[in-house]
Amino acid sequence: MARTASPRAAEDPAGLGRAGAAAITAPALLVVAAFLVFPALWTLYLGTTNYRLTGFAARHPHGVGLQNYTNVVQDPGFHHSLWLTLEYVLLSAVVGQAALGFAIAWMLRDATGWLKRLIEALVLLAWILPSSVVAFLWVAMLDRDSGTLNALLHTPGTAWAIEHPMAVIIVFNIWRGTAFSMLLYSAALTSVPPSQLATARMFGANSWQQLRDVVFPHIRGHILTNLLLISLWTFNDFTPYQITAGGPNGKSQILPVYIYQTALFDGQMGLGAAISLLMLLINLIVALVYLRLLRERRREPVAA
Amino acid sequence: MGAHSARSGNLRTLIAVGAAVAALVAGCSSSSSGSKPAAVNSADQPKNPTLVITANDIAGGKNSNEANWIQKTLIPDFVKAEAAKGITAHVTFRPNGVDDNAYKSKLALDLQSGTGDDVFSLDGIWVGEFADAGYVKPLNQVAGAQVDSWDGWSQITQAVQALGEYQGKRFGVPNGTDARVIFFNKKLFAQAGLPADWQPTSWQDLYDAAAKLKTLPGVTPVQWDGGVPMGEATTMQGFLPLLSGAGGSLWANGKWMKAGTAFTSALGFYQKIYGGGYGDPVLQEDAKGRDKSFTEFAANKIGIYAESDYMWRSVLNPTGGTAPMADRDTDVGYALIPSQTPSSGVKGQGFVSYSGGSDWSINPKTKYPQAAWDFLAFLNSKTETESRISGAPLLTARTDVNQQVLGNDPMLKFATDKVLPITAFRPSQAAYNDVSSLVQKAVADVVGGKSPEQAAAAYEKALEGLVGADSIAAGS
Repeated sequence: MARTASPRAAEDPAGLGRAGAAAITAPALLVVAAFLVFPALWTLYLGTTNYRLTGFAARHPHGVGLQNYTNVVQDPGFHHSLWLTLEYVLLSAVVGQAALGFAIAWMLRDATGWLKRLIEALVLLAWILPSSVVAFLWVAMLDRDSGTLNALLHTPGTAWAIEHPMAVIIVFNIWRGTAFSMLLYSAALTSVPPSQLATARMFGANSWQQLRDVVFPHIRGHILTNLLLISLWTFNDFTPYQITAGGPNGKSQILPVYIYQTALFDGQMGLGAAISLLMLLINLIVALVYLRLLRERRREPVAA
Repeated sequence: MGAHSARSGNLRTLIAVGAAVAALVAGCSSSSSGSKPAAVNSADQPKNPTLVITANDIAGGKNSNEANWIQKTLIPDFVKAEAAKGITAHVTFRPNGVDDNAYKSKLALDLQSGTGDDVFSLDGIWVGEFADAGYVKPLNQVAGAQVDSWDGWSQITQAVQALGEYQGKRFGVPNGTDARVIFFNKKLFAQAGLPADWQPTSWQDLYDAAAKLKTLPGVTPVQWDGGVPMGEATTMQGFLPLLSGAGGSLWANGKWMKAGTAFTSALGFYQKIYGGGYGDPVLQEDAKGRDKSFTEFAANKIGIYAESDYMWRSVLNPTGGTAPMADRDTDVGYALIPSQTPSSGVKGQGFVSYSGGSDWSINPKTKYPQAAWDFLAFLNSKTETESRISGAPLLTARTDVNQQVLGNDPMLKFATDKVLPITAFRPSQAAYNDVSSLVQKAVADVVGGKSPEQAAAAYEKALEGLVGADSIAAGS
């Protein structure tokens, strides 16, 4: 009797059997459990204690129930941080990186040769350098007394990172992250059938109309995937700390910096864990919104 | 009881591991070797001890002189001395060159996960927190009765020994102490028509001098630490001498104090300095503000600067300072910090100061407590202390060394003779560092433009949330 005829084959095309499949996936699941599930559960637990880095509560932490969460939710510092983070994600990732990345990809779609490679190399360079090195360069560039920017703009004595901290980290993140969006959109644009674009041009569609009616519908999935990834990355990004340290006086204290300062600088691990969990939930909501948008696209294939 | 303590022990280990993982701190493996730190007899001590010592020192950077001394003199000397006793010691130094708060976090995380270095330097104000957390234990519990019979203790005054004590027990051997003064630039003073032997007797004298310095182009008249990025320096060099000069203190008679008139007056000083254009508020908000202020002072761009003698010996020092000033000895003057008005300070003092210092302590989980103590005693011996400060004198913990050496350095002699008698130490409470953070926020608020009353009210509210209303008494 041929094995393919067996009714089980439909459920088990690999032919591993239940035990074999479990054995093969077990290592991966263990890694996921150890590095994702355990820390997440641990954060959940820590968030309900008064655990601290030093002092008596470091040795004998005790449960405080939901106290940390109620404290955080009522803390104006948290509201302020959350607002700054949303501003940071929206302006630097969704508007900045995605738009600029697309613009570069669109302009370079027909370019070839050294120009394309040069621009790509420059953009990529921003992406591949270690963030601490890059942050150091930016600090030097923005320096009040001997910074390159002040020399270029003839604005001696302007302390950019202190007078405009949010603008600085937003521009920084756009500069740093555009490469990813550019690469992703470059790849996506190759999937747009040239014939459709040619047809649209023949009917007199201008650039914007071509984009709206031909290009965007084709790469909608790529756009959403890109936005999902860069939003989450930016939301969790700690690099701005290396430029402004959350300052001055909390004016660029986005959530990751707020958590760092609460948990490690002030030593309030329990409270820091509570904020981390809230952040995890916000991440989850953002992810769900994007995934929902993606699924809607798949349900209406006719439109494409 | 046994079962209970075992359970809480497990919980502790679990929490330590979990927190380390959750905080994504790399390289934290929990080594619960369970080596019980008991008193060790010198007869049965291991013949091949391995010690790692760490401090916030790095050659060519922070506390460069001390880092060089540890690596080039202290360790070789110690290895030789141990060899004479038939012990082959292997000692390595792990340098750090970071902000004090970052060093503290690293130390705490290392000790908590059981991987801390054997011997480490610990700021005196961290002793309480670290002891409460179980990261450090009384030295005689770790290394035995020989600790108390060490002959070095008799050379360390009671006030300085307190830097390593908590609840009456010794957790560390003090490394030295310091004192806060006002430094001023005599060149700029001459240009502004101020005397070279300037000694203000009130805050008004300071304002008046600042007003004169303000007429010089490109000069910041006063640098008075007052930003969150300055960390403890804001509390220690900036706020506390002001509070003390207005007759107040943070802690008295077993309670934290409400933000009374002295507190608001001290904040008012900041408003006057930074609102009145005498100080540079942007410098206070800069993440690298302290280093930059040092550089500016060394470049003759700041007139008046409140700091510890650390600035004289480790920053401006023409040899080995981080912002060396070639003409330090002739161009930099120093004065006592005045009270708000003559005799308005605590205990009716006309001048005030605050002192601190760090300790060398032993990791209770060290495998070689005996060798670690030998190292500590050796490090603080008269000979080694002298060799430590031969290139760059400082106020050591040992009176015999201070008497011999400090006469050669007029500034340190001034600090010993004039400042130490009137100085004060910060409360050795585990909550001190949290309270200090609140002070820094209050000061930063005023430097950023809020009124002293608003900032004081916010401080008081946060203080109550931190220590509880029961631990707070009416302030002065």
